[in-house]
Amino acid sequence: MPERTLRGKTAIAGIGETIYYKHGQSPDSEFKLALMAIVKACEDAGISPHDVDGFASYGNDRSDGPRLAAALGIKELRYSNMFWGGGGGGVCGAVGNASAAVATGMADCVVAFRSLAQGQYARYGRSGAAAAVMGDDAFLFPYGVMSPAQRFAMKITRFMSDHGIKQEALRGIALACYHHAQNNPNAVMRGRELDEAKYDASRWIIEPFHHLYDCCQENDGAAAVVVVPADHAKDTKHKPTYVLACGQGGDHRSAAPVHNMPNYKSSHFAKLAPRLYAMAKLKPSDMGIVQCYENFTGGVLMSLIEHDLVKAEEANEFLVKKNLIVEGGKMPLNTSGGNLAECYMHGLELVIEAVRQIRGTAINQVKKNDAAIIMGGPMVTPVSSLILGSEATL
Amino acid sequence: MTYLPDGLPTPSSGPDGLAAPYWEGTRQGRLRIQKCGGCGAWQWGPEWICHRCHSFDLSWQEIHGKGRIYSYQRPHHPVHTALNGHGPYIAVLVELPDYGNIRMVGNLLGDPKQTVTIGAPVEAVFEPHDNANPPFTLVQWRIA
Repeated sequence: MPERTLRGKTAIAGIGETIYYKHGQSPDSEFKLALMAIVKACEDAGISPHDVDGFASYGNDRSDGPRLAAALGIKELRYSNMFWGGGGGGVCGAVGNASAAVATGMADCVVAFRSLAQGQYARYGRSGAAAAVMGDDAFLFPYGVMSPAQRFAMKITRFMSDHGIKQEALRGIALACYHHAQNNPNAVMRGRELDEAKYDASRWIIEPFHHLYDCCQENDGAAAVVVVPADHAKDTKHKPTYVLACGQGGDHRSAAPVHNMPNYKSSHFAKLAPRLYAMAKLKPSDMGIVQCYENFTGGVLMSLIEHDLVKAEEANEFLVKKNLIVEGGKMPLNTSGGNLAECYMHGLELVIEAVRQIRGTAINQVKKNDAAIIMGGPMVTPVSSLILGSEATL
Repeated sequence: MTYLPDGLPTPSSGPDGLAAPYWEGTRQGRLRIQKCGGCGAWQWGPEWICHRCHSFDLSWQEIHGKGRIYSYQRPHHPVHTALNGHGPYIAVLVELPDYGNIRMVGNLLGDPKQTVTIGAPVEAVFEPHDNANPPFTLVQWRIA
């Protein structure tokens, strides 16, 4: 029986992003933003939107595949896929699902995308809860535990307390993301530099471990990537970026109600990460490009540790700005600014930045750019991760 | 006097009634969680099946409300209009060692600025919301 793997079978041939806006500032509707990002990604790949034959998204995206297919005049829709679960847990999973469809011959050209206009719909950081709540929410909302930050804060509190990790480690992550955004013309936080004093003085969103700058933005925009068979990618405009591995899911009962998941103090990547590296046939030290979804910096911390990129006992020492920036850093992190400082595009901007890095066209270009790891949506469930690589990694 | 101001979302057991025995119990000052008739496992939050042995024979058993703080948070930013201007408050995740270490979420009563210690013993307190429509009772926690 042949080896069952995604490794090297598909490639990201095109990337597209809209202008990124603060929430409420997009002049375009959410669905139009989706169309704009998809058209751009197709242009980048040199593929007509008519030749797209599938869509994969996540986070309950409102721009559904069939409507997109009609609006874009797709000849035949062969794959229409939604990754269960909220937030950005499905960002890498959507790219993985698109790849699985292409690798197995279900479709030939699948767009993985996310469109989000928080200004036009509900904001994540402000509860739009009904007067009466049921299910899990009934055991949380009446206690003032309702925003994403509040749902995850107690995981971070316990993890950091158990490992003796200090607030300064989270500060290092935030400073690196803001630093990288300063060169990026599409970063919403460009021109708003962050230093230690400004971070330390910023207000508490949640105590402990959640200063304002530990929390992602709320934005409007859309982003898309075009996934094609690996042999087709060689004929497209850019150097191909191959999909080497995708992992998605959650560990034992990670969705157990009312905070009863057995592995509570976790980003939920512990079981997934070894599978991911095994499929990619690469190890953590091979990852020159590291992109990690920041809903909250504590989630980044746990993701890096669970993907064995940082040791818990070394986190205080290692997670400082100088180690995490492109200029001389040991592990450049979120090189376009990420969810914190580029745009909260539910992590798809992290995938796009990884592709630019592998192509060698990033604004903050890393030198060791053959393999990239992207980690999506820590602490939600299911979560997902992706490893991408250049031709040299095949 | 309730710990948090009126106007936050109120709990409902929902159309399927899964959690109804819990909310009926708290109105009577009784804390009840699920226990499996098949294997004896304690289960929280409520579900229709035992995750351990797959028995559907789940009953609601009254338990004593003694536990210890597993984790906590002190939110400052108001995420709901009812919390505007209210200031910080404390939410705790309480582990119940006598009941398979199931965990419950509530507020920690007392000074919202108090130092919270992981592992500190706590006990359940019933907080009725008699003027709500329909009335309900929350389970809160205080240092034991």
